[in-house]
Amino acid sequence: MFDEAEMRDMSQTTGPAPADTPRRRVPAGAHVAVRGLGHSYRRADGPVLEAMDFEIQPGEVVALLGRSGCGKSTLLHMLSGLSQPALGEVVINGNTVQGPSPRWVMMFQAPSLYPWMTVAQNVALGLRFTGRSGQIATRVPEVLDLVDLSAFADRNAQELSGGQQQRVALARSLAPRPEVLLLDEPFSALDAFTRRNLQQDVRQIARGLGLTLVLVTHDVAEAVRMADRVLVLRANPGRIAEDVTIELDEPARQGTCEAFQRAHDRLMGLYSRVADIDTAAAPQTI
Amino acid sequence: MTAVADAPIRAGMPSLARLRGPLNAAIGIGLLLGLWWLGGRAVADNPDLFAFANFAPEPTLRRLWSMLGSGEVVEMTLPSLYRVGAGMALAAAIGVPVGILIGRMARLREITNIPFQFLRMISPLSWMPIAVMAFDTWDGAIVFLIAVAAVWPILFSTAAGLRRIDPAWLKVARNLGANPFHMLFVVILPAIAVDILTGIRLALGVAWVVLVPAEYLGVTSGLGYAINDARDTLDYDRLAATVVVIGVIGFALDSAASAAIRKFNWVRDTH
Repeated sequence: MFDEAEMRDMSQTTGPAPADTPRRRVPAGAHVAVRGLGHSYRRADGPVLEAMDFEIQPGEVVALLGRSGCGKSTLLHMLSGLSQPALGEVVINGNTVQGPSPRWVMMFQAPSLYPWMTVAQNVALGLRFTGRSGQIATRVPEVLDLVDLSAFADRNAQELSGGQQQRVALARSLAPRPEVLLLDEPFSALDAFTRRNLQQDVRQIARGLGLTLVLVTHDVAEAVRMADRVLVLRANPGRIAEDVTIELDEPARQGTCEAFQRAHDRLMGLYSRVADIDTAAAPQTI
Repeated sequence: MTAVADAPIRAGMPSLARLRGPLNAAIGIGLLLGLWWLGGRAVADNPDLFAFANFAPEPTLRRLWSMLGSGEVVEMTLPSLYRVGAGMALAAAIGVPVGILIGRMARLREITNIPFQFLRMISPLSWMPIAVMAFDTWDGAIVFLIAVAAVWPILFSTAAGLRRIDPAWLKVARNLGANPFHMLFVVILPAIAVDILTGIRLALGVAWVVLVPAEYLGVTSGLGYAINDARDTLDYDRLAATVVVIGVIGFALDSAASAAIRKFNWVRDTH
């Protein structure tokens, strides 16, 4: 176990700041602010989320880490505008989120592609829905190329593997050029190898585009691999217990070096304390 | 060695398997014709039933051939197809939207459940006297009877399809900026196309059955009228030929509906 001061100290020595890496371009992502957000479900005993206050910078990759039932998914739904908080507000680029918009797009656990459409038709939907059908011919091949699925454009969505389907879902989310991409445990149904590849690819794509990326996860290794910053959530009621910066360079995020392991152990220690898990019994993901 | 010996037989199997369907269909048709012929012989040999000998295949098919040549078949079929088409269109125009509504809203489904099940179990033909009183024209009454018969399969099948829609499909669409129009025409209707068409296929079967007795009403055209007319004029080969026409067209309509279902079915075996 580390104490907090020690951990903060270590985080400063784990590699160059993300802003220094050459891949980073001028962010196209939006600024996200959560102000005094709280929520309770009608039949629940207490509030699910309480006194949430945080900001996410444009182009930042933030992981919301917590056990099931801590309200992290509820929080993400509120960021996406698919549900409305009982208290407080979500502000994206200065505007309060009133509902879903192709400017902040959510990706779900299941790819949920429309099985009666081809891959290209699925990817085109966001543009079609927002009156930008004219861009389909150029934009769809562009995003399919981004996720390495150009060869599959005319295939039926059902013919693809789980990982490929999730890549299509990613392309579908990216096609309308969102400023914020919200991921609700989108890799949890995939096998370990596919999951690692996608984790890296999604981070690289988001950083390449300068997108603001918010992902929900209960997997510490996933948080370390993908996020610039991790918000560790405590349950009952859901609150932010820790705000940890992951300062690892891109190669270190592959999880093969000591720096990754240190960051992982540090975050696992915090997570265990917040989530009240026995560290020894916690899944060793690396 | 056995593998080598087996190989040519295996190679021959696919073409045999392909022939199996048509072959069995031919056997079925042959059996039906054989039974019909036997029945015709029995009738012809019986002195009490001798007058009905024209029901046998040979006079019937000869009469059918001449009716096809003279255009009589087309003449008596077109009014019937028009009535079925109008009744089915009316049934779909009511059944699909109402089915979508009760599939989407649990409350509405609970409220309408008993009234709809009650109405569904009433034989459409029992509305006949009411239809005759309510409509100015015989055609109107017949179209109404067909619509009353056809609306239920379409309505219930649409509602069942809607309840099977993956809620995530609606969430994803909403997330990507779909308005209610998109939601209906890009997500909901394609998702339940097969359910709607299955309902239409069932409805078509019922409508075609209801058509003939409905055409016993005052009209002077259509297949039901032709049957009645042939009976009254003791024209039994014409009567039997009309029965054949009814069966063939009914079969064709059902095949068309099932081809449409295959075309719109998006479920793949690979999954």
